[in-house]
Parts: sequence; C-alpha cells; structure tokens
Amino acid sequence: MSPDQSNWSFFAEHRAEIFSATLDHMALVVIAMIIAILIGVPLGMFIVQRPTLRAIALAVASIFQTVPSLALFGFLIPIPFIGGIGKRTAIVALVIYALLPILRNTYVGLTGIDPAVLEAAEAMGMTNAQILFRVRLPLALAVILAGIRTATIITIGVATIAAAIGAGGLGTFIFRGVALVSDSLILAGAIPAALLALLADFLLGLVERKLKVS
Amino acid sequence: MNAKTEEFLGNLIEFREVSFHINDIPTRSILSGISLAVSHGETLVLLGRSGSGKTTLLRLMNGMLFPTQGEVLVQQRSTCDWDLIRLRRGIGYVIQEAGLFPHFTVAENVALVPTLEKWDRGRTAARVSELLILVGLEPTEFADRRPRELSGGQRQRVGVARALAADPPILLMDEPFGALDPVTRAELQREFSALARRLGKTIVFVTHDLREALLLASRIVLLEAGRIVAMASPQEFLRLEHPEVRAFAASLEAAPGATP
Ligand SMILES: Nc1ncnc2c1ncn2[C@@H]1O[C@H](COP(=O)(O)OP(=O)(O)O)[C@@H](O)[C@H]1O
Ligand SMILES: [Mg+2]
Repeated sequence: MSPDQSNWSFFAEHRAEIFSATLDHMALVVIAMIIAILIGVPLGMFIVQRPTLRAIALAVASIFQTVPSLALFGFLIPIPFIGGIGKRTAIVALVIYALLPILRNTYVGLTGIDPAVLEAAEAMGMTNAQILFRVRLPLALAVILAGIRTATIITIGVATIAAAIGAGGLGTFIFRGVALVSDSLILAGAIPAALLALLADFLLGLVERKLKVS
Repeated sequence: MNAKTEEFLGNLIEFREVSFHINDIPTRSILSGISLAVSHGETLVLLGRSGSGKTTLLRLMNGMLFPTQGEVLVQQRSTCDWDLIRLRRGIGYVIQEAGLFPHFTVAENVALVPTLEKWDRGRTAARVSELLILVGLEPTEFADRRPRELSGGQRQRVGVARALAADPPILLMDEPFGALDPVTRAELQREFSALARRLGKTIVFVTHDLREALLLASRIVLLEAGRIVAMASPQEFLRLEHPEVRAFAASLEAAPGATP
C-alpha cells in the first residue's frame, strides 16, 4: 500500500470525526470573528478623530500580533475569567489575533476617502453621524472587508493551535499526529484547515469585489 | 422677488474686520482686515493668485472656518451663533473636483440636501429632474449613472445641480471650472453666466482666472496675500492702477484674443 492510499483510507474511516472537528473549528473561527468585528470596526470608527488613542490602539494590536500564538495561548491560561483551559481562552486569543487587520483596515478605509467628497458632505450640512454612516462607512466597506478577509484566514490557521489548550477543532488531529508521528493524522487536520481557508478567502473575495465602488 | 428674500434686502453676507490665522500666530496671518458686504442677488467674484486666501475666505462664509478676529454675518447673524447644519443647508457649495459621492447615482447626489431635509419622494424626484434639465443633463440618460461614468464637465454640472437642490439663497463656488479643459470650461462659463442671471441667487465665485471673473462678476474683489487690494465692477476693474491688478491685466494681454 502506498502512503497515499493509506491516507485516503484513514480519511474515509474517520470522516465523521474529521467532519465534526471541522465544524468545531468553524465554530471557533466564526465566534472569534464576530467578536473581533464587533470590537474592531467600532474601535476603528472611534479612533479616526482621536490621534493619541489611535496610536495606542494600533500599537497594542500590532504588539499582540507579534506574540507567537502558542505563547499567547500559554499566557492566557492563568488569567482569571478569560483564561483557563478550553474554548473560551482559545476564542480570546483568536480575537486578539484577528483584531489588528480589522482595526487597521477600518481606520485606513475611513480615512482614505477623497477629501473633496468629505468637504462637500460637510459643506452640504451633513452632521458628523450622517457623514460617518452615509459617506465614510459605505465608501470604506470594501477595505474593511479586506481586513476581515485577512483576519479570517489568519484565524483559521491559528485556531489549529487552540487544540493545545483543549479547545478542540482540527488542531486535535495535528497535535495527535505530531505526538504519534502519523502523517495521516496531521493531514486529517491540515487539509480541511487549508480548504477552509481557501474557501473563506474565495467567498469573502467575491463579496469584497461586489462592494468596491469607483 | 419673494417674501423670503425681501427680509434680507441688505447684505446677505458681511465681513467685519475679519482676520484669520492658524495656531494663534498673528504673524502667519492667512487673512487680515477683511471688510466686505455681499448684497442680495449679486455675483461677487473673489479673484487672486493661488495661496492668496480665496478658499479660506469662502469657508468662513458657511461656518467651515471661524474668524480669529472680527465677525462674519450671514443674514445679519454671526456664523458663531448659527446652527451650522441649518446655515450650511441654506448655502449651496460647489468645488473644483465636484466632490460627488461615488457610491450615489447622479440623482441621489442631486437629491442629497432634499433627502437630508426629509422632502417626500415625489417632490424630490420632480426637483431632481428639473435641476438636471436646468444644468443641461437629460434626466432619462443621466439620473441613474454613477459619477465615474461622467466626463469632468458633466460632473461639474451635477455639482451645480446638487448645490441648487434645496433652492438656497446663497451659492458658494470654489474654482468650479478650474479642472476642466479650455473648451469645456468656456462652455460651462457661458451657460453658468446665463443661468446665474436667471436664478437671481447671491453668488460668491472664487477664481484665479481674470477672464472668468470679467465674464461672471457683477463685482470683483481682488485678494493679495490675505488682504483685499481692489474692489470694482468688471468695467472699472481693468482701469485700476494697483500693481496686482496690472499683473492680472498683463496676464490677460499675454493670451491673444482674450479680450472679453
Ligand atoms: N489648514 C491650513 N494650515 C496651514 N496653512 C493653511 C491652511 N489652510 C490654508 N493655509 C494657507 O493659507 C493660504 C491661503 O490658502 P487658500 O485660502 O487655500 O488660498 P487660495 O484658495 O487662494 O489658493 C495659503 O498660503 C495656504 O498655504
Ligand atoms: Mg483655493
């Protein structure tokens, strides 16, 4: 039997397990992304007019992103409320990773608008809220979505490491595979994770193109 | 003349000893000692080289900027005392690159102020068609286009229509035709000059082009380094002796066949 065939038969035998791990993985990613968007987009809107806060927020988010992911999971374990073993800690770590691209793109999208458009909006008597919601946000949407797309792909990858702190997902196979020196197990985690990332990239890319104006 | 305008028969806009400087550094003054009255129905052209303070002066009129000293009155009330949203919705504003909203159609762009003012749909739609026709754009052809599907000249037409939408008594225009090719510019200048006479609006028009000033103005105000150095009707303007007037007049003579 070639190694290829052994892999395929392994996948076939364990397809139910792989499928449920994939669903777990997606759940982690989706929950983390929703939280990251709910924090990142409003925070990005908030820092547009506040240079000091902007510098701090972007710096903190960048620093978080430079911490190796395994270390970040480790750091979080002893912290009360958000820490410990399991999904909650994993989601906190994933949110921290997803935050920077969302925050940065929201900020860049909102500030990268033709100044003539903003001047006209102000001169026409639009209120600040109207300028934000009817001009800046719609025009920034494609850029914000590009940030969400990047964040989603990062999160799908980083979520495989969440298995190290007992959060489940496709990483479970990878860690077991490393421990047992089994290619089949590693691939059973890695292939679905890669496919998920490609699929997310493709679908969000479609939406992004739809939103692009001018 | 309707009842609304009769109330302000005097000066619609008045500058009283206005100075403007940034960061409270009086030596870096952008405007100084500006006293100026814009009366009802006139087309006042602010002429000056680039950097002379024209845009700043215009932005003091709709409360985008406030004087460091002195005061700016619009309809007899200081811009500092106006509700800025109300003030600006009563003043049309047209800028060089039009500043159209790229995510709105032409019709939505023109309908902006009526929409903000919560006009009903029927009235807004009728007004949009009326305005597009007024600025020479066939509504059936242009209403649903996006700004990127228009030429530069068409965009400026939409910009003018948008500024006129809620029928404001005052229109501020900052080098609206400055970015157009010479042929299109001349065409829009001619049409706008006819339109301005017909509308009876009070217009403050900024330009660095003396020919445009002579064509459109009922009065020309010349700015130099943040000060008013000359003020005259187009007929009298060219006879003034001030060196900056002569400099502009020389630019006119330099261009052959440019006498108005
Ligand atoms: N926000 C600003 N900060 C610093 N300088 C400014 C600012 N706005 C305008 N200026 C300066 O003020 C002068 C007049 O500018 P502006 O009113 O735009 O002139 P114009 O419209 O006649 O070209 C210029 O020298 C310009 O550099
Ligand atoms: Mg200017």
